[in-house]
Amino acid sequence: MANSSKPKVAVWKFASCDGCQLSLLDCEDELLAITQEIKIANFPEASRAVIKGPYDLSLVEGSITTPHDMTRIQEIRRLSKVLITIGACATSGGIQALRNFKDINEFISIVYASPEFISTLDKSTPISTHVKVDFELRGCPINKMQLVEVISAFLSNRKPNTPEHSTCVECKRKGTVCVMVGKGTMCLGPVTHAGCDALCPTYNRGCYGCFGPKENPNTDSLAKWLISNGKTSDEMVRAFRSFNAGSDAFCKESQVNEEKD
Amino acid sequence: MGHACYRIFLKTVPYIMNKPEVIGKEGLNRLIQILTGMGYQVIGPTVRDEAIVYDSVHSIEDLPAGWTDEQEGGTYRLKKRSDEALFGYTLGPHSWKQFLHPPERRLWQAQKDSLGFDIVPEKLNNIKYAFLGVRSCELHAIAIQDKVFIQSPHTDLHYQSLRQNALFVAVNCGQAGNTCFCVSMQTGPKVEMGYDLVLTEILDDECHTFLISAGSDAGKTILKAVEAKPAGENEVKRAEEIIANTANQMGRTMATENIKELLYENVEHPAWEKIAGRCLSCANCTMVCPTCFCSTVEDVTDITGDHAERWQKWDSCFTMDFSSIHGGAVRNSTQSRYRQWMTHKLASWQDQFDTSGCVGCGRCITWCPVGIDLTREVAVIRESQPDQAGKLSGSGGQNENS
Repeated sequence: MANSSKPKVAVWKFASCDGCQLSLLDCEDELLAITQEIKIANFPEASRAVIKGPYDLSLVEGSITTPHDMTRIQEIRRLSKVLITIGACATSGGIQALRNFKDINEFISIVYASPEFISTLDKSTPISTHVKVDFELRGCPINKMQLVEVISAFLSNRKPNTPEHSTCVECKRKGTVCVMVGKGTMCLGPVTHAGCDALCPTYNRGCYGCFGPKENPNTDSLAKWLISNGKTSDEMVRAFRSFNAGSDAFCKESQVNEEKD
Repeated sequence: MGHACYRIFLKTVPYIMNKPEVIGKEGLNRLIQILTGMGYQVIGPTVRDEAIVYDSVHSIEDLPAGWTDEQEGGTYRLKKRSDEALFGYTLGPHSWKQFLHPPERRLWQAQKDSLGFDIVPEKLNNIKYAFLGVRSCELHAIAIQDKVFIQSPHTDLHYQSLRQNALFVAVNCGQAGNTCFCVSMQTGPKVEMGYDLVLTEILDDECHTFLISAGSDAGKTILKAVEAKPAGENEVKRAEEIIANTANQMGRTMATENIKELLYENVEHPAWEKIAGRCLSCANCTMVCPTCFCSTVEDVTDITGDHAERWQKWDSCFTMDFSSIHGGAVRNSTQSRYRQWMTHKLASWQDQFDTSGCVGCGRCITWCPVGIDLTREVAVIRESQPDQAGKLSGSGGQNENS
């Protein structure tokens, strides 16, 4: 592909830990092939060279937590033909969405020596709350093979293969013995979006829900079952209030259990 | 009734009932070695991750000696037995379908060239599996998948190749699990079809033997090489007692009378909505079911776009994608998905394949993360029928004697 016709790709960061965008650099074996097919136009983690927009594809990491970011995302959307969010922060507000359940001013007064310099929003929100998002890639962090798949799909003008079914399907296809049924381990797999290749259950841990809710998640039934098997409402609040605490389904379930507690 | 197919199957595959013989543990070990020597990959029960799973078996040392399982809706636990039984468990989370109908399989690849692209077909897998420890319900499940994949207008050549090369060393169940209901489905516990060799494990006092007989010419030849001793009358009688005892232990029952009509007449029953309140639509029941055969195909391209592959992967009617057509998914609600699964499994399967889709193995009950029990759900619908009330009460759901 001639250099000039390569799609221009920009990577943007909002409130996040950088882990998702670093997944791009983690694509060691595929990285060379990726850079052959796309032109990295803006990616501060990889290069200081910045090419001006517009961009064919913007990969957006992080959530919106400040008034400044609220305006910045509008500008990025304006400059991007296709905008794809990467990771739990950009897709559901991230772990920082825990602030959504408390009074932000209390945090500011406790954490910062000079709170008057802090300009922040009372909620951490996903990118889709602010602008139109063309595709959301889930995960905390994202799965680098899914990122390669999404970029490949973008380049071939096809739908990416990132199924929205439960993590259980991945466990079963791998032959992993169900940790919940087999050991009584608390596991969010049955309500969690696939994508990590069932990483935790493969290593005998319950799913932590890093990829957020699956399509049609019945968190109510799962929580009730877990509670009837000895877990507490408080444990449910903590389970649903992690990296995807801001997602509708997990947020609602954590609130229901908080009221019970 | 849906079980007519089994009779047809029995007619077309003549099983020569051979005189039963007897082997000890060393004889069983010899059998594994003989099969390995014949080029079979022996797959049998073994303990992994606190469960009995099917995996490569090299000697009797790999078998789950002294282990059993306790099962209920949504729970499975391994327990130590008081003896050293090798087949003293009921059923684990896996079925043989993972070998004959693998969860993920590449169908073909395509490579771009100057003229267009070249299709590279996938070679048939000519691996020879010897499955050790196959239960009666599982043989029935395989017979059902044969109907789907082989005896259909669209033969799955990969399945056919693996299936034809496979050898089945079956085992009569020495005990039934809490979620078993093969007696209701007329699929067990006695092994009566689809096997090359069949074992019954006999553990009495100091004696640990296996009654063994052949069900095919291949089985006969292997049995000769095993050098078993002729069985005595007592051993034959004991084996029959064990199987009869297992048949009386079923943890679940399902009334199958007119089940097709029952489900067809109740597509709008309030039970579906109630089940949907508990169902996670996580797809576990379909993945563990030994007869569920649905798969999806995924086309993938590499980053250059010069190389493409088509993969077949296990799919489930519990996912939204499964019923997605132009304009969206046909079955958006969990209610419609559960109804589809159960009605297909127990009713429309009969129209489609002339058999029930359920063999009563109980895996969908045990491995449902929230313990939904299809025998119970059928009973709920049945008991609500005005003409059935009282007549069939007590049928379905958990056996009160268990």
